Amino acid sequence: MKHLNEDELVLHYYGEVHDGGVEQHLQGCEACRANLESLARVLDAMDGLKAPEPAAAYGSRVWHRIAPQLAQSAERWWTGWLAPRRLVAAAAMAALLIGAFLAGRVSQRRQMAGLSGPVRERIMMVAVGDHLERSQIILVELVNNESKGTVDISEEQRRAEDLIGENRLYRQAALKSGDRAVSSVLDELERVLLEVAHSPSKLDSAEFEQVRQRIESQGILFKIRVVSSNLREREVPPPQGKANTAL
Amino acid sequence: MEQSDAAAVAQVRAGDSDAYRVLVERHSHSVFRLAFRMTGNEHDAEDLVQETFLRAYRQIGRFDGRASFGTWLYRIAANCSLDFIRSRQRRREQQTPVDEQGQELESAVAAGDPTPDRLAFSGELQQLLAPALESLSPMERTAFVLRHYEGVCIEEIGKALGVHSGAAKHSVFRAVQKLRKALEPAVSAAKS
Repeated sequence: MKHLNEDELVLHYYGEVHDGGVEQHLQGCEACRANLESLARVLDAMDGLKAPEPAAAYGSRVWHRIAPQLAQSAERWWTGWLAPRRLVAAAAMAALLIGAFLAGRVSQRRQMAGLSGPVRERIMMVAVGDHLERSQIILVELVNNESKGTVDISEEQRRAEDLIGENRLYRQAALKSGDRAVSSVLDELERVLLEVAHSPSKLDSAEFEQVRQRIESQGILFKIRVVSSNLREREVPPPQGKANTAL
Repeated sequence: MEQSDAAAVAQVRAGDSDAYRVLVERHSHSVFRLAFRMTGNEHDAEDLVQETFLRAYRQIGRFDGRASFGTWLYRIAANCSLDFIRSRQRRREQQTPVDEQGQELESAVAAGDPTPDRLAFSGELQQLLAPALESLSPMERTAFVLRHYEGVCIEEIGKALGVHSGAAKHSVFRAVQKLRKALEPAVSAAKS
């Protein structure tokens, strides 16, 4: 006679056996009944691990602790854009887009919105550099994640989603200005960000490894570092009297 | 009249963060119990409760209403706990060689000196249970706590943790096997 194994007894203990054969076997087999009783004693003993019951006002205490952080969460989008560096970048982007529209209609060579070419370029460099830095942080976190088993990337996805819209604007601006190196990297970055954002938020180790390999195989991190380094060099104000390349 | 979870969620999604208070106050106790069993101490459990509610708030746009808010929150709490005990384990592994960890468990169980008289007191038994749970891997502990203490069926555990139900089942089996090995002598002694 084949006896029930421990796994079958565990399922039986938790009421997850829907096979009448197990019950029938237990009725006729003293050895398996004894084994089940022994298992049940250990599992019943686990009930001795009591969780302390928090005070009635515990929920209210949790609320008061997290409420300020919820406000920060809600304001993050705005505060991010209101940071001085980002504000300058946003203003520059608006000026560039309006300028590009007007320039296209009036004159390709006319200066835009009162900003000189070198000033526009430097502001744009700062904005794109900042964007690349934040994108790089997400990708580095993903590549260096050493979790085993299921990996939750929901936090990285949320940040990737935030960056996709900005990335598109910067890519279009770079394309318009003829900066092929920057637009090409932004194009590749956009695909990676989209892939991260649209993946399931929980990946098993094989799926996560695929995402990681795609990031690494495209060399996107290396390209971001090279472009960021070039942008930083271009951010440095030129010596007086020396002309700058307009964006 | 008490506001339903669904109505509170709708208000939060419409931008009313104060409506989240109803959900926090209603579900804090059950999330705390889960977090305590996962972590084994009140301080870490309280941190996890806060982390769970913050994560749920950030992800509330993704709540599709197919499960109840409580179930959805439980999944987040389970995953927060899993992340937490994984990182705690990594920190411990860096600080303590593996063979010493095994010795720690053995001595913790031995220190309970489980005579029948002593085991009659649940406080004494609890001294054995905590280190036995500590000996489980993060996934085993999470799956076991959900199955044993929270009464979640194995299929649901798999969905909550993003693994196949077969993997969830084996985590429960391995957990029970380890717990049985650690506790059976003491429990049997208490019976005789």
